[in-house]
This record gives sequence, C-alpha cells and structure tokens, in this order.
Amino acid sequence: MGKAWKFGDNISTDLIAPGRYFHLRSNLPELAKHVLEGARPEFALLVQNGDFVVAGENFGLGSSREHAPVIIRIVGVKAVLAKSFARIFYRNCINIGLPAITCNTDEIDERNELLLDMERGVITNKTKGEEITFPPLPPVMNRILQEGGLVAYIKNHKSLEI
Amino acid sequence: MGGKTLSEKIIGEHCGRDVSAGEVVVVNVDLSYVQDGTGPLTVRRMIEMGIEKAHNPDKTIFYLDHASPSPRMELSNDHEFLRDFARKTGIILSDIGNGISHHVTLEKYARPGDIIVGADSHTCTGGALGAFATGMGSTDVAVAIALGKTWMRVPETYLVEVNGRLPKGVYSKDIILHLIGKITSNGATYKALEFTGDTIAGLSTAARSTIGNMAVEAGAKVGLFPPDGETRIFLKLMGREEAFRELRSDEDADFEKHIEINAEELEPTIACPHLVDNTKTIGELGKVKVDQVFIGTSCNGRLEDLHIAASILKGNRINRDTRVIVTPASRRVYLEALRDGTIETFVEAGALVTTPGCGACDGVHLGILGDGEVCLATQPRNFKGRMGDPNAFIYLGSPAVAAATALTGEISDPREVM
Repeated sequence: MGKAWKFGDNISTDLIAPGRYFHLRSNLPELAKHVLEGARPEFALLVQNGDFVVAGENFGLGSSREHAPVIIRIVGVKAVLAKSFARIFYRNCINIGLPAITCNTDEIDERNELLLDMERGVITNKTKGEEITFPPLPPVMNRILQEGGLVAYIKNHKSLEI
Repeated sequence: MGGKTLSEKIIGEHCGRDVSAGEVVVVNVDLSYVQDGTGPLTVRRMIEMGIEKAHNPDKTIFYLDHASPSPRMELSNDHEFLRDFARKTGIILSDIGNGISHHVTLEKYARPGDIIVGADSHTCTGGALGAFATGMGSTDVAVAIALGKTWMRVPETYLVEVNGRLPKGVYSKDIILHLIGKITSNGATYKALEFTGDTIAGLSTAARSTIGNMAVEAGAKVGLFPPDGETRIFLKLMGREEAFRELRSDEDADFEKHIEINAEELEPTIACPHLVDNTKTIGELGKVKVDQVFIGTSCNGRLEDLHIAASILKGNRINRDTRVIVTPASRRVYLEALRDGTIETFVEAGALVTTPGCGACDGVHLGILGDGEVCLATQPRNFKGRMGDPNAFIYLGSPAVAAATALTGEISDPREVM
C-alpha cells in the first residue's frame, strides 16, 4: 500500500527530469533528488517507497529521456497512474519495469492510500473504499513488464521474439 | 481488402508480410542513433544485456550534439564514454560541431522507405524524406543497435491535407503550429501523421522537416511525407540520389482521420508558454517583450531558415535590449551560410553565431535562460524549465518571426518588416 501524489495534465519530461540537471544523467541517484521538481518541488524529498504518482492526461510528453521514468522508479514509486500517457514515456516505463497504468484518476485524491493488483487489473482506494479497474497492458508489454523490463526480457529470450 | 497506408507499406516491407494498423510486429531497423543525452544510458543497457557490439555498426550513429562543445566535466566524461565505445565497436561517431542528429541524418543517412529509430523524440524529422523515423528511449534503441530489430504497433494514420498558396510571411512552421493548436499536444498520440496536398508538394525538404520534426509535439509516432520529385532533388544535392525511391499510400488506403488546412488562411503563429498547443496568431498575441531570440535547432536551423532570418536582418541592427543567438543545424549548413555571407549578415546585425548543434534548446549551454526571462525561439518545444530557469518563458515561432522580433525587441509580425 502507498499513498497518492496528485499531478495535473501534460506533465512533461522537462518537469520530471529538468534540462538544468542534464549533467547528472550518468549519476542517476543524484538526478533522482530532483525528480518531478518542476511540477512539485517537495516531491523528491517527501515521497516514500511504495507511493503512487497519479496524474491526468498526456503524462510524460516531450523528450525520449528514459531517465525520467528511471528516477521515478529510483525514489520508490510503485506505479504511475494516468488518464493517458505520451507514447515514448509509456514504452520507457514498461521497458524499465515501472508499471504505467491507464485509468480514470479523477476519484483519487492527494494522499489517498492505494493498493495495486496488476493481475486482476484493479486499484483499490483504501481511503475511500473504492475500486478502479483498468484494462490489461497490450500482451507484448505485459510480458516485458512481467519479466522485469526489456533488458531482462532480451537476456531471457536471447532475441526479440514477441 | 482496402489499400495500404505509407506506414503499413514501410512496416510490411520490414517484417516480410502484409500488415494493417493495430498489429504488433517485429521489424528490421535500417538505421539507429543516439545523442549524448541518451547515448550513455543506451550503452549501459547494451552492457547489461551482454551484447557489446552493434548488429550493423555502419548503420549506427552516436551524435554528440546536445552539449557541443561540452560545458561541464560530467558531460565531457559522457562524451569520452561514447567516443570510446564507438571506437571499440566501429559505430559511426558524429562528434561535436558536426551538427544535430536529425538534420545530419537527413543530409547523410536517411532514405525513403527506411525504418529509423533514434533515442531522441525528434527523430520523426526523418519523415521529411519518407522514412518511418521514430523516437524511442535508450533501452529500445539499445536493442535496435544490438539486434537490428525493434517491435512496434502498426499505427493508424491521420491524413493532413494542406492546400493553397502560403501567404507572404507564413511558413511551414506556421502550418505545424496551427495544426498542433487545433488538434492539441496529444491529438495524434500513437498515430502516424501523413502530409499531403498542393502546399506540401510545393515545400522544400527543409520546410517539410520542420513539420515532420514537430509531429511528436502532437503525440504522433511519425510525420511522413511521401517521397516525390523534391525528395529526389534534395538527395541529389546531398550526393546520394541513388537512395531515392517513390512510395505513397494507396488511393483506397484506410485513413482514420482526414484533417484539412487551407494555407491561404494561415497567419504567423506563436506557441505560448508552457505548451506547444497553446497557440495564438500573431494578431491575437498582444505585446510580449523579449530578452533573447534563438534561431536554430532540428526544427528550424537549416540554410533556408537562416536565409529567411538574414533577409530580414540585413542592413539593420538588432534591438539593443535583445540578445540574438543563431545556431546552425549542421557543419554543412554552417559552411554554406559562411560562404554565402549569411553569417556575416547575422554578425553585422549584432547577433552571435555558435557552434552547430542543439544550442540553447536543450537547456545545457549556449543561451540558458534566467529567472523571469522571455525567449522567442524557433525550436520545437517550450515546456516549463526546458531552457534553464523554470521561471523563464519560451515562445515558439518561425525564423521570420524570430528575425522581426530581434529588430523590435518584442514578438513581432514579420510581414511588417519584410
């Protein structure tokens, strides 16, 4: 179980991993100290292991920088829930083993306690006693995520069969 | 059964069978590239996978363009890491000063009908030549480099038809800003955009690449232009006419949407802070005082763009309270602009000209913005915090708007100074 951190629509990769920290991209633990700084400066300091990033439409638009989902994962975020995701960011999340869940996030409020069940496709909002269902990932992405990301997938299969 | 879209045809050729939108397939990749912001992580992913070589090193490029030259020791170390790996593997290195990945790829490598993956979101610039070119993250591109393959979902296509003569002072940048304003920043997420119509047919490859470059700003996977006579002329100019082939969607292909734009009604268009779809025509904008004008990038740093800006600046002085920075997209563009006097025009007008590369757009060097500063840039993106201080404001416009703004110190209509 973890608590929700609410974000709005159009959270760009420049808000998640700002260009002014470009020089930290080969030092991910340092870069992670600035995760989502552009949107909520207090987030990196206060986020706890198992928490959820909960956002509106088009989360992760912009650059292809995989560092953006990587540092969200480094600080312990369990999953990103959004109404919709930008294409490259979505793929990057799955590739690095961070669940990106497309669902209606309107009813989730700041600090609500959430529980994620990937197998059943359900998010339980413990604070409100509500359940939110979400559609399964596309099969190929589900397999990549199940195996822990694309690097692990390639190591396991020795090729890119899908 | 209906005909095929350009995307379906190209992807079909690369997986050896007929495909339709919605299918998920593994395709052979013709060209893979990374830049210095994404490349180090790509190499680390290859090391983690245990594959420290390129499937086809002659078709793999490491571009050092985001920090060109490096302003910090951390980035110098990243550069050394990439140079060293390129040396060991035979991967092509395009070092600092050669130019921006997407533009150099158009000049030297991209071919109509190719599948190109790049670890940079603006890889879709390659669509200007009819290549299925798309941006991905470091791990996806690591796999493409190591195995020569990637997986993708065949996208549905939105056909964007632009007809009519572009009015004076209105350019391809205004077409794409108008389109994104209309369909929004996620209006084409996961889709292919395909551009057609007589306006598009009349655009140069440089002007097309401005549109293709910004396809991702509407969320699209690619922004494709069917290769035509202009494509052949461009490739011939680049000394590789043999790369040309004709390729187009079938007449009866299944397009998910058909978007029509009348070019004759367009005006100079500006994207306002902090999203690309926050567009206004220049007439709607009101007075915006500017601290910095930036002309360049993978969107508008080509010779044609520099010519447009220089024609407005020639014989004039830039506003005394405005800094003007010009960054050519590539070494070739830089040399041509040096030889034909364009660079001289910029310097005489009071602008400064930097090394070819991404320049100020990536917020790393060569024009970082301070607290409260306002910039008018020809780049593709204006997100909060992109160019330095998060309290800076970035407006996007064409090179003509940039030059007019340079003269007046506030965002200005180029038609009034042309």
